[in-house]
Amino acid sequence: MTTQQLPARAGQDGTGAGDNAATLQIDGVSKLFRSGRARLLTPALRKVSFNIDAGEVVTLIGESGSGKTTLGRCVLRLTAPSSGSIRFNGTDIAGLKREGLRDYYRDVQGVFQDPFSSYNPIYKADRVFQLLKDAYFAHLSRQAFDDKIEAALHGVALNPGDVLNKYPHQLSGGQQQRLLIARALLLEVKLLVADEIISMLDASTRVDVLNLLVDLKRQGLAILFITHDLSLGNYISDRTVILRRGAIVEMGDTHKVFTNPRHSYTQMLLTAVPQLHSKWDPSDLEIVRAPAAGVGHLSPDLPVSLEPPTLTEFEPDHLVAEEE
Amino acid sequence: MSVKVESLSIAYRTLSGDVVPVDRVSFSLADGEIMGLAGESGSGKSTLGTSLIYLDGRMVRLGGRVELDGAELPITDRNGMRHRRMTDVSLVPQYAMSALNPTRRIRRLFTDLLRSHGVRYRDVEQEVKRRISLVGLAEDVLDKYPFELSGGMRQRVTIVLSTMLDPSLLIADEVTSALDVSSQRAVGELLMEFRDRQYVKSVIMITHDLSILAEVADSIMIMYAGRLAEKADTDTIVNSPLHPYTQALLASLPEVGVRYSDGELTGIPGRPPSVANPPAGCRFRDRCPFAMDKCATQPPFEEIKPGHYVACWKVKEELA
Repeated sequence: MTTQQLPARAGQDGTGAGDNAATLQIDGVSKLFRSGRARLLTPALRKVSFNIDAGEVVTLIGESGSGKTTLGRCVLRLTAPSSGSIRFNGTDIAGLKREGLRDYYRDVQGVFQDPFSSYNPIYKADRVFQLLKDAYFAHLSRQAFDDKIEAALHGVALNPGDVLNKYPHQLSGGQQQRLLIARALLLEVKLLVADEIISMLDASTRVDVLNLLVDLKRQGLAILFITHDLSLGNYISDRTVILRRGAIVEMGDTHKVFTNPRHSYTQMLLTAVPQLHSKWDPSDLEIVRAPAAGVGHLSPDLPVSLEPPTLTEFEPDHLVAEEE
Repeated sequence: MSVKVESLSIAYRTLSGDVVPVDRVSFSLADGEIMGLAGESGSGKSTLGTSLIYLDGRMVRLGGRVELDGAELPITDRNGMRHRRMTDVSLVPQYAMSALNPTRRIRRLFTDLLRSHGVRYRDVEQEVKRRISLVGLAEDVLDKYPFELSGGMRQRVTIVLSTMLDPSLLIADEVTSALDVSSQRAVGELLMEFRDRQYVKSVIMITHDLSILAEVADSIMIMYAGRLAEKADTDTIVNSPLHPYTQALLASLPEVGVRYSDGELTGIPGRPPSVANPPAGCRFRDRCPFAMDKCATQPPFEEIKPGHYVACWKVKEELA
């Protein structure tokens, strides 16, 4: 594990390319959306910077409207950042075209919240593999490719006989989600962007998918795990980034952030988590209901500075933003 | 007993025969009780909840009866139920976020609903405003359109709307599932407060999230593949569950503070059987680590300790 390596400070632009390169370097990424009749600028991301190394799981935690999904989309190049850069193995992904982009998607893939909408219901589910063959494995023989599919399915603990040659509606949510992860494995990706992939699954299958991600991480896969569920994030990740209104409020080693939260927003999130074996403390209710801490949404009544709050080091590998 | 359900079976009529997602379910709720109803998707928990308020065209009652405050609730009687909804039984639906008509202001939603039950909005306006501010919203939400509110705010408006006529039983179907943790807590506290203020007598809170039930519910009932598995007060379910399914379900939940490096949690192997073609006997048998020959016949859902109901042969034998 590489916990000794400090994440880049927010606001430091364009440094550290190539040298001691982390797998993914997110550097001062901002994203502004124009919305409403007045064409007001809404900042979805405000100069977000952090790195992900090979074999590391970084959890991005935030409430709805915090910008967590937007960041995932930027990493997958589904959206372009308004400013800042995202580097993968030292290369800025903004400049990738055709073959370059094709190679990028060979290394970086995303799996999303709703597996049901990731499939075309009129085709069989394993078509997602066939599409890959055309794009990336045209040189392989059918037999060699089928063997590869089988290996990938075993990697996600699926029995090929159960899932191949079936339509999406014949598969459970957990099977569909694992099939999509298998698709990413087939490409031998280096980085997986997992956006809320657990939340649609039933309790009894959730843990299997989580443990699968842990196995993959041990084999060297870097994972950006996006979630609003603190207990899931805590279970799986090495490092945690907490996002609020598009800016990082706290980040660092997962254990440090969860056992010693310093920012009032992180503290509020932790007091609101429902737990099996302890009741909500009534004295915390004021913290949860306070409008400043509670609702993380960007609303027009809450003007947000484009400049994120400054992060300072509280202890090694634990950065905290000043209160906003 | 404010609610008493006896041997209720609900089926969906389909082209390939009847599907029975609620199979001979019996339970009761005391006044002031918030009962959590938990289960995986397809366990029949939402069907059970909906059947108490509105049997749509696809649903039929195969048997059983429902009693509310000592009188039978005519769940199969379309016209009879119309006057019972909102006043006796009310529902906060699963997708409450999208349950509000987007072309009407919130005030209009209240006016329409009250008028259909013979209440003039002007007469109760003060009470509406009082409850709106009780749930932490400003009075001016009444002049807003639903899309101007966030998900948590809409959820709170829906709760006020569905409890405006002080129903005896409130069915809250996955009301916290789509919300952020801070709004989840606010909505959970709200249900408890409405119960404490007797705006609702009892609540059935349907969810797949056991940890929110541990915070909010007085008792928890677990459903598996259309049948009841276990029911007891919340402490018992959380700390000393008896049914193997409940035990496995609790063991698979990650809690804050638990990390994979401290020991991996385990899921439940296999998947629940489809209620369209259920196996004979105990439906958890194929996934159960304690399955034995006797499990080929269906275990009865029985009270094995005061207030603690379980449907499992192993538990029954051990306590016999």
